[in-house]
Amino acid sequence: MRPAVTGIAAVAPNGLGTEEFWAGTLAGRTGLGVLTRFDPERYPARLAGEVKGFTAADHLSSRMLPQTDHMTRLNLVAGDWALADAGVRPREWPDFDMGVMTASSAGGYEFGERELRNMWHKGHEHVSAYQSFAWFYAVNSGQLSIHNGMRGPSGVVVSDQAGGLDALAQARRQIRKGTPLMLTGAVDSSLCSWGWVAHLAGGRLSTSQDPDRAYLPFDAAANGHVPGEGGALLVLEDGAAARARGARIYGEIAGYGATFDPRPDSGRPPALRRAIELALRDADAAPGDVDVVFADAAAIPELDHVEATAITGVFGREAVPVTAPKTMTGRLSSGAGALDVATALLSIRDSVIPATANVSPAPGYGLDLVTGEPRQIPVTTALVIARGHGGFNSAVVVRAV
Amino acid sequence: MADARVTLDDLKRILLDAAGADEGVDLSGDVVDVAFSDLGYDSLALLEAANRIQREYRVQLDDDALAAAETPGAFLDLVNEHLAAGSPA
Repeated sequence: MRPAVTGIAAVAPNGLGTEEFWAGTLAGRTGLGVLTRFDPERYPARLAGEVKGFTAADHLSSRMLPQTDHMTRLNLVAGDWALADAGVRPREWPDFDMGVMTASSAGGYEFGERELRNMWHKGHEHVSAYQSFAWFYAVNSGQLSIHNGMRGPSGVVVSDQAGGLDALAQARRQIRKGTPLMLTGAVDSSLCSWGWVAHLAGGRLSTSQDPDRAYLPFDAAANGHVPGEGGALLVLEDGAAARARGARIYGEIAGYGATFDPRPDSGRPPALRRAIELALRDADAAPGDVDVVFADAAAIPELDHVEATAITGVFGREAVPVTAPKTMTGRLSSGAGALDVATALLSIRDSVIPATANVSPAPGYGLDLVTGEPRQIPVTTALVIARGHGGFNSAVVVRAV
Repeated sequence: MADARVTLDDLKRILLDAAGADEGVDLSGDVVDVAFSDLGYDSLALLEAANRIQREYRVQLDDDALAAAETPGAFLDLVNEHLAAGSPA
């Protein structure tokens, strides 16, 4: 069983749809800007990566609109696009042959904010009946399941930004256990004023007002990150079965490792390096086999140091190209790992590594950071790293087949 | 509000507002005896519609009784019985 990706849909601040996103990313187009979803004037951080040009009513029936958060609408459309990309018409498949495994970081925050406002200002009888599920972590998986008639093993993973990779790993397990198709990944969003306060409480937001200077991982000027919305959904199938039905295969999810950091005062080292090593071992790959690393890129000096130390510890100093195209999207919470995996698969397809925007690598990290222009080299194997607040470390190896 | 009645057109408007409409469902015809399930409305859609009727018509409805109404006609009968009985806001 070699679970392979047969469909991709990217939804990102610098491009709505896979090819838009990919063209924007290779062109160095940033999706960061001043928040428009609400007035950020009174908040210390005001920049975000918002998905632009998305009108839900253009894509979804009016039946779906009253019951869905913005995040869920993005998921439903991404699901349609990923399945179309895979050449899968779900109504032609048996219900129990398809499952949905997504990640979420906050649930449907914008919907929840609106209904809490209704309760506070107008009374409980003004709260939508759909609040009963529209704010759930699991709502994207549930709505994707209903929308596409997918009744196989399904669920949601919640591990902050590591979740996008953890969901892919869980979907891979279900493929190995015999489910023919999994719709998986994560598309996340919590860019409402309530969600913004939660982001601020995390203490890691950049307060820069300049979109080109606000999110600078591995740079001496690193001063926090810019949050964004979006991510990617992928169609995962057993590689042999996918080939048998004539599907195009982007690559396989070849390896996965997840660890949890020890308590900060324990004196034990961070666990990220071990997650990378576990993923490589799971993929039966040596460090020298990896052509590119997609970094988590926290842009907090201490966390950048931890990540650089883990990468150089496994691969050696400046021994592997490292990139963080998320500098053009912001950090997408659970969407980040899924979008980076999609990006890695496109790198394999087109033999090019997208650049890290705006960053001048600080001396001392020892990373061969791809900056300036994309790097044109064959890519067979890529490592994707994602870390979640509180100690989650996950790593995925994707590989050409 | 003693002579207030909820009509089929009122219910359609409220349903559309509360829960939208499935593609392929035509609400413009005579749907008074068509099952809600065939119109694409589940129990939550009806709960949301009932919420809006309670707010708009200042009437208290019994959720369990409404849940047993399987068609717009049956739903309207229940609502209008409550309205005629002058149930308190």
